[in-house]
Amino acid sequence: MGLNIAKIRGLFPVLHQEVHGKPLVYFDNAATTQKPQAVLDALTNYYEKDNSNIHRGAHALADRATRYFEETREAIQHFINAREAAEVIFTKGTTESINLVAATFGRKFVEKGDEIIISTLEHHSNIVPWQMLCEEKGAVLKVIPINDAGEIIFEEFEKMLSAKTKLVSIVHASNALGTVNPVKKVIAAAHAVGAKVLLDGAQSSSHLQIDVQDLDCDFFAFSAHKLYGPTGLGGLYGKREVFESMPPYQGGGEMIKEVTFEKTTYNEIPFKFEAGTPNIADVISFKAAIDFINELGKDAIKAHEDELLAYANEQLMQIKGFIPVGTAQEKVSVLSFNINAMHPYDVGMMLDANGIAVRTGHHCTQPLMKRLGLEGTVRASFAVYNSKSEIDKLAEGVSRIARIKNK
Amino acid sequence: MSSIQEVQDEIVSEFEILGDDKESTIYYIMELGGSLEDFPDNERIEVNTIKGCQSKVWLIADEKDGNVHFQADSNTDITKGLISLLLRVLNYRSPEEIINAKLDFVERIGMGSIIGSQRSNGFASMIKQIKLYAMAIQTKQNA
Ligand SMILES: Cc1ncc(COP(=O)(O)O)c(C=O)c1O
Repeated sequence: MGLNIAKIRGLFPVLHQEVHGKPLVYFDNAATTQKPQAVLDALTNYYEKDNSNIHRGAHALADRATRYFEETREAIQHFINAREAAEVIFTKGTTESINLVAATFGRKFVEKGDEIIISTLEHHSNIVPWQMLCEEKGAVLKVIPINDAGEIIFEEFEKMLSAKTKLVSIVHASNALGTVNPVKKVIAAAHAVGAKVLLDGAQSSSHLQIDVQDLDCDFFAFSAHKLYGPTGLGGLYGKREVFESMPPYQGGGEMIKEVTFEKTTYNEIPFKFEAGTPNIADVISFKAAIDFINELGKDAIKAHEDELLAYANEQLMQIKGFIPVGTAQEKVSVLSFNINAMHPYDVGMMLDANGIAVRTGHHCTQPLMKRLGLEGTVRASFAVYNSKSEIDKLAEGVSRIARIKNK
Repeated sequence: MSSIQEVQDEIVSEFEILGDDKESTIYYIMELGGSLEDFPDNERIEVNTIKGCQSKVWLIADEKDGNVHFQADSNTDITKGLISLLLRVLNYRSPEEIINAKLDFVERIGMGSIIGSQRSNGFASMIKQIKLYAMAIQTKQNA
């Protein structure tokens, strides 16, 4: 059964506004999604009724806040099908999750001459932490090449694997092109040489069913703000035995069992990795976002977004001067493109003047843009609340802009 | 030659005609870029780029009959248009005039809201670089 998009749109206050005198068309969902009213309500509700510090106070408010906080952890556990809630830790987002793995797992297990493998598709946040680690350790960073469609070349990846490979850290779905990587195959091949695998799930988590047990990944990093949830919050899944083998990330309150000046013993997971008072309000409100997704169902969301992507492709391909960028077989709802003889910034500005919000530039994937020989692209990315009539507006806008240089 | 103030007033009245239709304003700015002098290919090099601009901007200056002659280019049409506005006000003037110029048209046409805050920073960098070139030429003239 199809989703009632008009009804869904009604849940998102921010969508109902004009930009430069035109109704807002929000197609920058890969950067961040909008938040349903339920998330906003949960946020104010927490501050109005439950605000208190968690895991410590012996009073009713602290008790409630702690319970709601841990309920979000359980909601995430089910959302990604982790074995237990303790395998989910809260971070500021995908970026911090990856940095955490680099600073703990990386610092403990990666040694001189070891190798870490990433792909050409990576976001800067899945490149720079590994470069820093490799520099510190004298390890080597290897990069899986891609074909012109924007898909990793699996055979090349297989050739890179060896006993030296300590970690494969790869994007599940590319933010710049939408490519969905064959991560199950990647994980199996990496495990065969004894390497661990981190999936950057910043983009995939809102579009695809995530089952970390079926995937068998060792880490899965994601951001709440791309999942209809609050900004500045995310999480990291890790297998219990892997998390337990890692040293803590930051020192402070919450992460300890016992502190003396001579020696400190650390808390159990997940708390071992959550030093200090966490972002309680956003964690609690994030549950409303997960509930929102669950109520609609990932499969129904994906079906709707696939339909939008196919429709957008069909409409835009008819425009003279339209150049699609990234034509992988498997994609999430990201449409990257250029217009012949025009700079993406100019296209983005013209679309903005029409009330259409897109992202332009390198999308934090400069090495990928270099591989494609591009300075950047225009990126329209679709979420569950987008509609075909919005895509008609995009097509009309692009068509008018393309005509300037493509008579 | 009209004064700096007169040219700025002209620009302001042109933008007033466009009103607050954002699309036609941007389209107009992009068209203006077409009026820039051809930029010499061999000057499209790193040392001539302006730091702080999101898009690539090249700017060079030399002295012509005691005045400063600017040439500039960008890889984006909107930025080219913005540069052409600046040069329409400041090109071929004495170093002193350029250094002391009060560029009020930027604010009067509401540039900030037309191009957004990131591009506005880039625009400010361009103005700064134009004035630096004028100072360098003035120093040379006084030497
Ligand atoms: C694929 C990918 N990885 C990582 C990130 C970084 O996420 P965050 O900025 O939320 O930490 C993003 C966000 O743009 C992304 O799209």
